[in-house]
Amino acid sequence: MATPADKQREDHGKRVLVFTVAIGVVATALVAALGGRFLPPGNSSTQSSEQVLDNTVMLAIITPIVVLLAVFFVYALTQFRHRGGPLVDGPALRNDNRIQVLWVAGSAVLVLFLAAFGTFELLQNGSGGGQGPNPIAVPSGQKLQVQVIGQQWQFTYRYPSYGGMETSQLVLPANTYVELHVTSLDAIHSFWATELGIKADANPGVDNVAFLQTKGPRTFHVRCAELCGLWHGYMFNNGRIVPQSQFAAWVKKEQRDFAPVAKYLPKYSKTYYPDPQRRAG
Amino acid sequence: MTVARRLVGFNLLTACLLGIGGWYVGWYSAHAVVGPSLDYFGDVDFNELSIVLAYLFGVLGFLVGLGFLNYPIARLRGYPPSLREKETQGVSRYFGLCTDHKVVGMQYLVGIGFFFFIGGLNAMLIRTELLRPDHQVWPAGAYLTLVGLHGTMMMGMMTSGILGPFGNYFVPILIGARRMAFPRIEALTFWLLMAGGVILETTIFFGGFPTGWTGYQPLGTQANPGMECYYIFFALVGISMTLLGLNMIATIVTMRAPGLTWSRLPIFVWGVLSTSTLMVLAAPVLVATLSMAILDRTAQTNFFVPAQGGSAYLYQNLFWVFGHPEVYILALPGFAIVLEILPVFARKPLWGYRLAVAGLLGVSLLSFFVWQHHLFVSGINGDLRPFYMFSTEMISIPTGFTFLCGMMTLWRGRIRYSVPMLFCLAWFFNFLIGGLSGVFLSDTPSDTTTHGSFFSMAHFHYTIMGGLVFTFFAGIYYWVPKMTGFQLNERLGKIHFWSMFLMFNSTFFPLFIAGFQGQPRRVVTYPHGLQFLNDWVSVSAFLLGASMILFLYNFVKSLVFDRVPAPADPWGSKSIEWQLPSPVPVHNFDRIPVFSSDPYGYGEPGSVPVPAGAPAGMS
Repeated sequence: MATPADKQREDHGKRVLVFTVAIGVVATALVAALGGRFLPPGNSSTQSSEQVLDNTVMLAIITPIVVLLAVFFVYALTQFRHRGGPLVDGPALRNDNRIQVLWVAGSAVLVLFLAAFGTFELLQNGSGGGQGPNPIAVPSGQKLQVQVIGQQWQFTYRYPSYGGMETSQLVLPANTYVELHVTSLDAIHSFWATELGIKADANPGVDNVAFLQTKGPRTFHVRCAELCGLWHGYMFNNGRIVPQSQFAAWVKKEQRDFAPVAKYLPKYSKTYYPDPQRRAG
Repeated sequence: MTVARRLVGFNLLTACLLGIGGWYVGWYSAHAVVGPSLDYFGDVDFNELSIVLAYLFGVLGFLVGLGFLNYPIARLRGYPPSLREKETQGVSRYFGLCTDHKVVGMQYLVGIGFFFFIGGLNAMLIRTELLRPDHQVWPAGAYLTLVGLHGTMMMGMMTSGILGPFGNYFVPILIGARRMAFPRIEALTFWLLMAGGVILETTIFFGGFPTGWTGYQPLGTQANPGMECYYIFFALVGISMTLLGLNMIATIVTMRAPGLTWSRLPIFVWGVLSTSTLMVLAAPVLVATLSMAILDRTAQTNFFVPAQGGSAYLYQNLFWVFGHPEVYILALPGFAIVLEILPVFARKPLWGYRLAVAGLLGVSLLSFFVWQHHLFVSGINGDLRPFYMFSTEMISIPTGFTFLCGMMTLWRGRIRYSVPMLFCLAWFFNFLIGGLSGVFLSDTPSDTTTHGSFFSMAHFHYTIMGGLVFTFFAGIYYWVPKMTGFQLNERLGKIHFWSMFLMFNSTFFPLFIAGFQGQPRRVVTYPHGLQFLNDWVSVSAFLLGASMILFLYNFVKSLVFDRVPAPADPWGSKSIEWQLPSPVPVHNFDRIPVFSSDPYGYGEPGSVPVPAGAPAGMS
């Protein structure tokens, strides 16, 4: 036997639900379809494309949550406001097990999905993040090794397969798998190739490996993303991805230009300990 | 009593004099130990030990001057235990050691508020620099010091932002007690924080510090002597937090009035209890870590110096073992205040009490298992990243409990939009954005882009400023009428709320975009293409600062000039603190009250406000 009050209660719940589903479906579909165009870091490497997919999936998952809460609050705050007059108490609702179970189950499913999806994406090739000296997600095939050395306040790059040649600009061949070995000479830096979706901390005494598969030629930005002291804000540079033929020519030119000073470089190594290290005290 | 007699004795003036005296004792004694010269200024290789000892002796002198040794010495000499410090009257008790928990609460409110405004001022100066993409206003070192001062002051001081003022003031009242379990320790926590706040600001005399609030090594090892101020400040905060948490736990566990079972405890007290647990477990790690860092700089140990066998990862690990529970120490009291205030203004019982408690405890528990998400790209434990991704995302489940309980409390209520309620509702908006942006940071693949960028900066400002500071103001507007006995101006309060809410979002939402487009944190320069966004943010930030000035104006005007007496229960709450007169008498209750229900019985037939026993002075 439904009293008018029960009927009204049903209606409140139904209205919120209907609005949520209607707006939620449309909004989620829109985000899923269009999100990839606007979300970073773009489409310049396999890793960055994967991150765009990842960002799109997550944005699509949180969209229905946002819609639910938005509909709920707009509805509740307009419908259930105190409309003047003496202060009257609302109904003494203390609990509803069905809602609790639904809510907990819903959030648990979302969390499990997010964690599973994130792990799956991560284990493909490390999705551009620094994985430490013993990476768990190693893509197969041949890779070009490049060492990234952070120091206060610039990055330099060494190419062990070209005799440990050192350069101040990162130049990479197009459509190649690159194995980045990131390390530091002093403080902690973070190597961030913005458009390529690569970020790996440069720790002194640590060989931090990240994988990158380049696509077509372009320029990209490199910034330090970890506070590393006085001129941290100036620790940025441009890098280039060039066609493979140009890359070979570039290597030859660099080797020729820097041959006179090459002999002063330390021997190529995974990590370096410059001496003396400055310290306070 | 003459003014001269008042100035002699154990008070703030004596404390400052002894503090300065102690500072010089430490300074010169360290020089006597370490080196022959007394003039080390102007040299890179400054005598570090002298600064550390100067501040340690300074803090000791300060505490002695306040009279913290009087009681232990009196007991050693055979005098009986007493709470003599509580009996002083008048305004002067706010400027010294006082063991009345209500005085300490007021001290905390003003003291923390003061340093909160200083931290906010630093943020204004940072945003001034970022008006232009190129480096222009501050020298690079000064800019980094400002960033560090802002972050450290906010993270250090605001950890006690709610537990300090409202926890100390209201927890004993809410549980029907007359005092905290350890009243002198309660006073100590406050004065340690104040000493720390001053010490942190003095870093500018020693060249500042370049590390931000995280103090990463080995940058910290090579930094200016101003680094010591950071270490000592944060260590004092850690000690203060540990003691505060310990005191709260002891009070809540042992001093609840008859009938106040765990299932009748106000949700705010549950929030304080879970936060205190985090404080007691996490803060000692911080103190130990900073002590190791100080040893690295003074005694030439090598805990964090990689070239000598130390590890920079060790510092990062230890810091975040503290640091991640720390951010929940900031957030949880906000959850609790929201859930405490919503029932009053929705005129409904708190929905899902057990679920709400489970949410608070669940967040506390999980917060100890997520710290390495701060190190996703650092190269440490690459194979543990899936675990930390999962545990981090798990936290959204208990956080969701708080959302559900709050939302269902609003459902079919009679919502009044008073100022405290507006701040609580804003919490839902802000924390939703903060929490959902956290999903991008918890997911290891997408964290690669967002890590260390303005995205993460926007994220934690949404959770901490949007979560903690908004509820801090909710607490002020809600409880200050009880604490002072005077109303805050409602109209000015609403203007303050709307300007703060709009400008807060206008400040921090664009930062998500700036981060997505590649602006790292703590940089003094940024790409020219981001200037419009940054200018927008800077102007909004200045207006946000102006809204804080508006609050200050309201606060001073209402409490000092207008002084409109507040009724005992202005909000129609059924909770016990509102059944006492405003302001609450010194001994709270003449008879200890007996509880028969929780304070949320709105709309339940036969429910009465919690009988407050007979408040002091009324029987």
